[in-house]
Amino acid sequence: MTATDVDTDQIIPARFLTTTTRDGLGSKLFYDWRFNADGEEIADFVLNDDAADGCEILVAGRNFGCGSSREHAPWALLDYGIRAVVSTEIADIFRSNALKNGLLPIVIDAAAHTLLINSPGSEITIDVAASTISLPDGSNVSYPIDEFARRCLLEGVDQLGFLQQHSAAIEKFEETRSWTP
Amino acid sequence: MNPPAPQTLFDKVWSEHLVRDESAATPAILYIDLHLIHEVTTPQAFTLLREKGLSVRRPDLTVATMDHSTPTTPVRSFKDLAIVGEGAANQIRQMQKNCADFGIELFDLDSDQRGIVHVIGPELGATQPGKTIVCGDSHTSTHGAFGALAFGIGTTEVGHVLATQCLLQRKAKTLAIDVSGQLQPGVSAKDVILAIIGQIGLDGGTGHVIEYRGAAITAMDMEARMTVCNMSIEAGARAGMIAADETTVEYLHGRSRAPQAAEWDAAVSRWLSLHSDADARFDRTVQMAGDTLSPMVTFGTNPGMVIPVNDAVPDSDGDASFRKALDYMQLTPGKPLSAANVNVVFLGSCTNSRISDLKQAAQVLRGNKIAAGVRMLVVPGSQQIKYEAEALGLDKIFIEAGAEWRESGCSMCLGMNGDTVASGELSVSTSNRNFEGRQGIGARTILASPMTAAASAIAGHVADPRPYL
Repeated sequence: MTATDVDTDQIIPARFLTTTTRDGLGSKLFYDWRFNADGEEIADFVLNDDAADGCEILVAGRNFGCGSSREHAPWALLDYGIRAVVSTEIADIFRSNALKNGLLPIVIDAAAHTLLINSPGSEITIDVAASTISLPDGSNVSYPIDEFARRCLLEGVDQLGFLQQHSAAIEKFEETRSWTP
Repeated sequence: MNPPAPQTLFDKVWSEHLVRDESAATPAILYIDLHLIHEVTTPQAFTLLREKGLSVRRPDLTVATMDHSTPTTPVRSFKDLAIVGEGAANQIRQMQKNCADFGIELFDLDSDQRGIVHVIGPELGATQPGKTIVCGDSHTSTHGAFGALAFGIGTTEVGHVLATQCLLQRKAKTLAIDVSGQLQPGVSAKDVILAIIGQIGLDGGTGHVIEYRGAAITAMDMEARMTVCNMSIEAGARAGMIAADETTVEYLHGRSRAPQAAEWDAAVSRWLSLHSDADARFDRTVQMAGDTLSPMVTFGTNPGMVIPVNDAVPDSDGDASFRKALDYMQLTPGKPLSAANVNVVFLGSCTNSRISDLKQAAQVLRGNKIAAGVRMLVVPGSQQIKYEAEALGLDKIFIEAGAEWRESGCSMCLGMNGDTVASGELSVSTSNRNFEGRQGIGARTILASPMTAAASAIAGHVADPRPYL
């Protein structure tokens, strides 16, 4: 998806945010780019291409996921079947939300990105333990990821559980802070 | 022993809220002083708490309201609610149940204190300098206008805060934006922030907390400061902050959730100490001259595509995304924006729906009629603002001009409640996002200040407000 600055209103339009669960948003992913007013598929949208069926990695233009903090954006991508988003730049809140849900946000340099965006349909490997992604020319590149997030993905660490383990420290903070909010 | 290194405002607020500092292996645990919640980003978080048998740790630090899906036509109880869609109705019901079950105070549909979450926080005096404030909404950055560290979070993190009153966070970098000089008549806070986003770009603030400083910023009242901080997220920033001063103190004095009586003086003293040290180092600094700014408007499909109101639409230099944006907006390079007919004008949203925004728009509209073929919606940011505006007779000015005067809510900013811009229509909006389809499927949005929006309503096309002043 070569478009830059793809915002979360495009990924999942606001009218679909009235759901009270995390499920079933895949059918609404990029809704207004996929379907016209009559509900028919828009021919030249990349996800509507037969070659996109079954693809699990979305290669996107820079600043993917900007805009609203709606976590429905990674939920919709995951429900649709996307397991990783690769770009030269990924917006902050989207990155954080993606990691919380096991959707991999991968940032690589422009040269590697160009290689990937020109090779739709190719099979590549993402090594979460090593934080590397393979390119169609056989080489591997590293991608940056917060160490804690990487461990959570690999070990299935529940971040809420991690916070709860620190409840004594939280209590101490509340008791000893110099002013009360 | 060396004196401690100079600290920024962000450094000070951050370090004061560390339950546990970050390390290479783990993020910091940051305590949250105020958790604002609304109906759209909470259902799944509460469901998780129920599944795990958890309670809300600090209901007393949690403030709830309903704003995104709520109608702006009058409603006093749930059964009167002409809610668009069963989904929205269900969400509102769930919010009521969740707040009741978990002991959280909810400013419900029949409350005189309800409104857009980022409008009522400050109104109540709950937003204060030095606090950490979060909400499942990216415009939480608004509260940074008070020298608070305020930012948006996702629903999973909403769950973390509900259960533990804490968040896992890595410390952001800092960006100082200095706006010098004095704003000219007709130029307001919205124009400043649009100009900033235009200058630094949609990702210019990514990974940074912005501190806004300089004569043009300190001259602003609190509502103007909120407008600036509100759109920090549109430049990709983690948060935006303005140090507290006497203006801030005066605003908070006497508000129901502000410190009272014996605690007031101590609080004021603490608030006024919260500013960046004179020689504090920022990771980046940007300068902008406030006195040469014009009213600004967007012309494309993101808030970074801005021009002065009288400028011609720029050309694309072959950039495909830029060209696509102009195609969507049906705008031609080289032509002024005023060449296009405007169908809808929206005065509202957490960016510009406070009493000063309404006053500025009313000043332009007084004695004028909006153009034939233009529909104008005026949606105050809260019920309190609505009542104040009515006491001042502003509602009559809007109605006489031909605009609709509504109840409070997010309304047409993102059209979740039925207030939408129809496909193909061009709207001038005081909200914060002009993304494709944001205000309705196929809707075309131009962002502007309240004065520019009002002038555009009268003219029937994008118009400079200054001749109307």
